[in-house]
Amino acid sequence: MTVFVPKRPRLARVVGAVAVILGLASCAVDKAPQTATAEASFSLLGEPLGEIVALRRLTEDQYRNSIADIFGPDIKVAGRFEPIVRPAHELISTGAAASTISPAGLEQFDSMGRNIAAQVMSEPNRLQFMSCVPRDAAAPDPACAAKMLVPIGRYLFRRPLTEGEVASYVKMAGDAVANNGSFHGGLELALGAMLVSPQFLYVIESAEPDPDHAGGLRLDSYSRASRLSFLLWNTTPNEALLQAAASKRLMDDAGLAEMAQRMVQSSRLEDGVRAFFADMLLFEKFAEMAKDQIVYPRFNPDVAAALPEQMLRMIVDHLVTQKGDYRDLFTSRRTFINRALGPLYQVKVSASQGWVPYEFAPGDERSGLLGQAGFLALYSHSGRSSPTLRGRAIRELLLCQPVPNPPGNVNFTAVQDVNSKLMPTARMRLDAHNSDPVCAACHKITDPLGLPLEKFDGIGASRPNENGALINTYGMFEGADFLGNVGLGKAMASSPSTTECVAGRAFQYATGRAPDEEGSTTTAIEQNFATQGYRIQALFLRVATMPEAYRIAPTPPKESVVAMAARNSSTMGLYP
Amino acid sequence: MSLILDRRTALRGAVQGMAVAIGLPLLDIFLDGNGQAMAATGAPVPVRFGTWFWGLGVNPPRWFPNKIGADYDLKEELSPIAPLKHKINILGDFSLPLDGKPNLPHTSGGVGIRTGMAIASDRGLPAPSFDVLIGDVIGTRTRFRSLEVSATGDPRNSLSGRGNGNLNPAEVSPAALYARIFGTGFRDPNSATFTPDPAVLARRSVLSGVNEQRQALEARLGASDRQRLDQYFTSLRQLEKQLDVELTKPDPMLGCVVPGTVPDRPINAEIENVMENHKIMTDLLVMALACDNTRVFNMNFNNGASSLTRIGSTITHHQLTHEEVLDNRLGYQPEATFFVNKCMEAWVYFIQAMDAVKEGDGTLLDNSLVFAHSETEFAKFHTIDNIPMMTAGAAGGRLRTGLHVAGGGTPVSRVGLTLQQIMGVPVDRWGAESLETNMPIRELLV
Repeated sequence: MTVFVPKRPRLARVVGAVAVILGLASCAVDKAPQTATAEASFSLLGEPLGEIVALRRLTEDQYRNSIADIFGPDIKVAGRFEPIVRPAHELISTGAAASTISPAGLEQFDSMGRNIAAQVMSEPNRLQFMSCVPRDAAAPDPACAAKMLVPIGRYLFRRPLTEGEVASYVKMAGDAVANNGSFHGGLELALGAMLVSPQFLYVIESAEPDPDHAGGLRLDSYSRASRLSFLLWNTTPNEALLQAAASKRLMDDAGLAEMAQRMVQSSRLEDGVRAFFADMLLFEKFAEMAKDQIVYPRFNPDVAAALPEQMLRMIVDHLVTQKGDYRDLFTSRRTFINRALGPLYQVKVSASQGWVPYEFAPGDERSGLLGQAGFLALYSHSGRSSPTLRGRAIRELLLCQPVPNPPGNVNFTAVQDVNSKLMPTARMRLDAHNSDPVCAACHKITDPLGLPLEKFDGIGASRPNENGALINTYGMFEGADFLGNVGLGKAMASSPSTTECVAGRAFQYATGRAPDEEGSTTTAIEQNFATQGYRIQALFLRVATMPEAYRIAPTPPKESVVAMAARNSSTMGLYP
Repeated sequence: MSLILDRRTALRGAVQGMAVAIGLPLLDIFLDGNGQAMAATGAPVPVRFGTWFWGLGVNPPRWFPNKIGADYDLKEELSPIAPLKHKINILGDFSLPLDGKPNLPHTSGGVGIRTGMAIASDRGLPAPSFDVLIGDVIGTRTRFRSLEVSATGDPRNSLSGRGNGNLNPAEVSPAALYARIFGTGFRDPNSATFTPDPAVLARRSVLSGVNEQRQALEARLGASDRQRLDQYFTSLRQLEKQLDVELTKPDPMLGCVVPGTVPDRPINAEIENVMENHKIMTDLLVMALACDNTRVFNMNFNNGASSLTRIGSTITHHQLTHEEVLDNRLGYQPEATFFVNKCMEAWVYFIQAMDAVKEGDGTLLDNSLVFAHSETEFAKFHTIDNIPMMTAGAAGGRLRTGLHVAGGGTPVSRVGLTLQQIMGVPVDRWGAESLETNMPIRELLV
């Protein structure tokens, strides 16, 4: 063991530990990179892991981002991800905290993991990840295997490996050589095993006793690093975060705030904000959106792909790049456009590739998030618009006000005929439908927010009239009446429900806790959000640093249940 | 082109979508005297179980037979089953009491039939679906414990799972289903030679290594996450089993003919495309059964609140059931009924494909039990009593067929109980609250 230089005590201790558990006397440490990074990455976990308080399954994007950050963007992730089921009126984030992995899902994770491992260990690639050369490429070499697996395992598991884990993965790599006769093949299998391990597929949040609250727990250091990283950047903790975790800096309020502040200022906040809004606005539904080719000849796969991206670009530009007020998101005239969307918006797009900023003229009916074709198209039927679906989406997603499901025995006999000469517009048809008081009760909640958007058809294209009849865009919200999308946007911007909703969602998104567990925290977050001018940076900073988010109540929270698979699609089409 | 068509060529034709019914004789040399066991190993011909789901029910007066018992009559909407009527049971007049819980449209019915429980809110399977419980008994020796498929896209279109946040996601792409079954890891059971793949052997031992970490994790767990971690390790165990199967020389299965590859196809809810995807995935699934790569399956033709569309129509199947006016002259909604007929057409394709594979003196269908059901009786009003259900196949002689069984308003959980018992699940009482029952449907038992 004399090879280890005392100037690198951590490395010495750690690689020494590796050598001890493997019963080895020597290791080619002299080839180890001399940077602090390398030293930290060789450390093993010095203390026992804490009690597990949450298991949050990686989302598809988090998985992809993690692989790209750890192994580089050249490594392809190919496969089908088992979807995380969204609980009714909640986020996928909270579903992830209750999500299991089915046999079919694990089969896919296994095949993706082996595929990634094969790419990482392929001839040119592996040189970047290996700091040693095996003594014999056809024989086990535990020391060299450990030198590769310890640092990579630390990134994949978001904490240093334990001695037991190192021993286990090194043994896997060695045993496999007996079967496939290749040192690198053995490493590939061990790496594949890490990628299918629950330690990678789940973000495991663990806790330690909370000195400030007797009997309670608080998230431990490495869990905090993961929390910050997935919340703010939607990816795995980087070297700086892991080192901050190792030094316990994230355990004190000032250290945590300093780190969160730095991350919020980074341009990578964009990834976190995108992921948050894609979750809050149910963007998974875009994958299932279908439009009728005969009714909407302008709709094609390029348009379908551009719609969610346009919304995210608008959101990120306004909130992150311009550091805008969240409320102005509903009135802003700035958006982005690409060639595919030109015909839908009736706008000439000169750029043949990519996205260009676009600003609608003052007074244009098309403003704010709700005027984006993606929102309008997603909450429409396959062949026509739907004031009810749009109104319901605004209530549930942007105001956090769940709308009851229609009664099971509802009779739609009196409902609409889209080709009706007597009732050419949706408003007229809905009025007829709502002569039934049972229906009217809910439509009163949804329709006054959806009808103002009727000047946009089922793919979100502008239309002056419906079936030749003028469209009345009168709407009403919280006692104030208005006309059209512009009026609706202003009403949304001035409602406290709008900002309370996003504040509550941000807390749920950060913690994975269901809305009913947050108690009075939302109000506090909202107040802070208000004093900070409703900047998204302030909101994210707040939920990333508030002690409540890291505190675990003495009694374990009740297990949340997950929504039925077909729930969204099962109720959606029921509305006229 | 050669005029000599061997069995493989012929079947490939069928797999690529031509509606050709081909008999593939399972050579008697592989069966013992009575034709029910494989001669090579003495192992009995496997019995399979599967479900075939369609959404939005039927027009009850146009579908349910009048006559109870054998030789039931076939009305307009059920007439496509005529060629296989003697292998099909019609199950009607069972009830789904909700014990005061709300009728969640398009959810309560399907979940109730599969779990024997009325769910209180739209929050996932409350308990294991009974196909999973059957899989625990008959699905443990095959490469796949079960295969789930959705012909209408959406991997979440599935009624199979263990509850508690677990749902078996459905395969939606024909090409991906092909790759999963017949790609890497597939062993032709009829191949003369067998050498265990050392790579599989190595993977097998690696997975044991992952499994060994279970204890360390469990020691850190609170009660609430234990179940979820258990599910992970159950899934891992299944993956290990899958590799064990790949390492064992399979019994010859003469009905097994490896199909040709399947091209990438669009995945959407447009009815003609769904029909074609359903056909291709049916053919693949049938071969997965014939090759004994799985003994349990769940085919979802469309989803509960059917999102099926038809080119040129502004609304979906689901909306039609609510919004289309009842045609007074016809007595039903013609546009919505178009989709009911398509569902029945697809169902018949499915069982005919199974019946076309010969096994011994019967067919793959005879050695299977396929349970078909919807989630509503009459979609216009979301009724969930008298949901239309069928079985096809004789489960290797364990089930009487060709009957119309009327439940007389007894709980629908009797169906789940009966099918579990037929498939060998040791259960004598199943369901919760008013759906709890210990009364199997005796008419069906041999």
